Amino acid sequence: MINTKNLRFSYGKDTDFYFPDITARSGESLLITGGSGKGKTTLLHLLGGLLRPQSGEIIIQDTNITALSEKKLDLFRGRNIGLVLQQSYFVASLNVIENVALSSWLATGNLKTEKAKQLLGQLGVDGHLHKIPSQLSVGQQQRVSIARALINEPKLLLADEPTSSLDDENAFMVADMLEALARQYGSALVLVTHDQRLKDRFPNQITLS
Amino acid sequence: MITRIAWKNIWFKPLNTALSIILLTASVAIITLLILLQEQFEKKFNDNIEGIDMVLGAQGSPLQLILSSVYQVDAPTGNIDYAEAKKWMNHPFVQTAIPLAFGDNYRGYRIVGTTPDYLAKYGAEVVKGKIFSRNFEVVVGSEIAAKLGLKIGDKFFGSHGDAEEGELHDEHAYIVAGIASPTGKVVDNLILSNVQSVWAMHDHEHTAGGTEEEGHQHSHDHDHDHESHDAHTEEGHSHDHNHDHDHAHDHQEGEAAHGHDHGHAEETVINEEGKEITAVLIKFRSKMGIVTWPRLIPQNTKMQAASPILEINRLFSLFGIGLQALQYMAYGIMIISGISIFIALYNTLKERKYEFALLRVSGASRFQLLALVLLESLLLCVIGFFFGTIVGRIALGFISGSSEDEFKMSFNPWEFVWEKEGYLFVLTIFVGILAAVIPAVKAYSLNISKTLANA
Repeated sequence: MINTKNLRFSYGKDTDFYFPDITARSGESLLITGGSGKGKTTLLHLLGGLLRPQSGEIIIQDTNITALSEKKLDLFRGRNIGLVLQQSYFVASLNVIENVALSSWLATGNLKTEKAKQLLGQLGVDGHLHKIPSQLSVGQQQRVSIARALINEPKLLLADEPTSSLDDENAFMVADMLEALARQYGSALVLVTHDQRLKDRFPNQITLS
Repeated sequence: MITRIAWKNIWFKPLNTALSIILLTASVAIITLLILLQEQFEKKFNDNIEGIDMVLGAQGSPLQLILSSVYQVDAPTGNIDYAEAKKWMNHPFVQTAIPLAFGDNYRGYRIVGTTPDYLAKYGAEVVKGKIFSRNFEVVVGSEIAAKLGLKIGDKFFGSHGDAEEGELHDEHAYIVAGIASPTGKVVDNLILSNVQSVWAMHDHEHTAGGTEEEGHQHSHDHDHDHESHDAHTEEGHSHDHNHDHDHAHDHQEGEAAHGHDHGHAEETVINEEGKEITAVLIKFRSKMGIVTWPRLIPQNTKMQAASPILEINRLFSLFGIGLQALQYMAYGIMIISGISIFIALYNTLKERKYEFALLRVSGASRFQLLALVLLESLLLCVIGFFFGTIVGRIALGFISGSSEDEFKMSFNPWEFVWEKEGYLFVLTIFVGILAAVIPAVKAYSLNISKTLANA
């Protein structure tokens, strides 16, 4: 589960974001919406430990990640936070299964190849295990990156515009998979999007303004 | 795992990688070749001049004299008078003096008339058979024996001069009396006899050459010997090459001293008078000789005295310039390969920053990214170094083959000059680190949030 208190972040003097407190329990989904420039991605990066807030607290499970040192934060992020982005990035020279398993190695030191295979199977891309990611379609790539985000069974699953570049069919499929898998692994799912299709799909919403 | 990713990454761009590796291989190969060549060349040259302070020989180029008489690679400068040389060989400064007389070759291998001291000087022992004691007996160097398959008791005819195609001396066969132990020095590629064999071989040629005049020449010789005999009676070592004549002479004069000589005269004994040799290898007792002889000899004789160390250093400094130019070129190529690695890493950095950001998101630390970029460069360098040392050695193998044919000088490609090659390895690694340092620091200091937000 995750909750935040009094988060504030500023890019210099002009843009100052004060974020509402958010809470999502294990297995729950929370959709964050808002127009451009309202700080959606900034909030997501704060939650993911990619940015540090000027003030406030982010507590994931029992850890206040704003207080962690850089090195500990890297490790914490690897173990407890899964991230799915609008566009999928991979280590271009590694194949699909290696890319997914790599995340388990970076977080825990073990290559969980079997787990990766099982997850990719659940996401319906187990026919492409030994392909280079760039050989896959965008929808398939997105599913591989979901598998990668989930391989360490994170406490928090973050998704930044996960469906924006997908067609309707793929968008709903990805949204369903995210929700189902987050529930299965007990992760709190936080989605950031301006995708109208998702706004109708997830009842639990916060709008930034 | 990071190494594995680095490995996969470098092969993901095979052309970039191949270019970097080829450049590195080329530079490492050239430098390795130079290291081995220089090391072995200098070692060979220095090993062979050990114990030779000065070489006496005919006037001409001193370097040529050294090359021909010490290393057996160049043509001799000419001949010197044995009687004159002998005076200097017995000089009080001299510790040992080894005469050398060149005449023939057998299949391109020089047959050198000398004394057993020559073998001893190079630390060669007669491992099979015995040392040459009679005329036309030879001791064969270890490499020749192995290559030509010569055994004790084998007979062969020499050809005149240095060239294999020279006129065949088929009047007298050489007999293999012994085979020398391997030394790694010039003696391995020589056939050694006593000096008298060389004289006899060529004296014979002269008389045989003038068959029509033979009778006349002999009678002439008689007269000559009659005259000279009186002058040399006390010396007692004045022999004539014609037995019958000596007999007659002894009877005529009835001198007991000659009866003693008679015992020796079983084999062809040759008058040293008027005979020539090619060079004398001198080791001094007093270092005064090294200083004074180079001036003393040409002032008082028709010979010259050349110092091997001096001449070889001159030779080294001559082609040292060439070696240095090659070395600079090799280092130049290494710099270019470093730049090529840098450009390859730097260019891909732009497309790879998302990959790096992703690795960070997945839990990789800054340091792991730094290591990844450095490792990619270092892997290239290690591969390049590995191929370079192999290619350099293959090249040396080819050079050794041709130098073996031409100069009877071979190099060992599988020798490792650990110290210098170690330096080369360190240098290669250094180039790799240098090429990667900017891209690696960029990867290290990547702002993940910014990178992903601007995607």
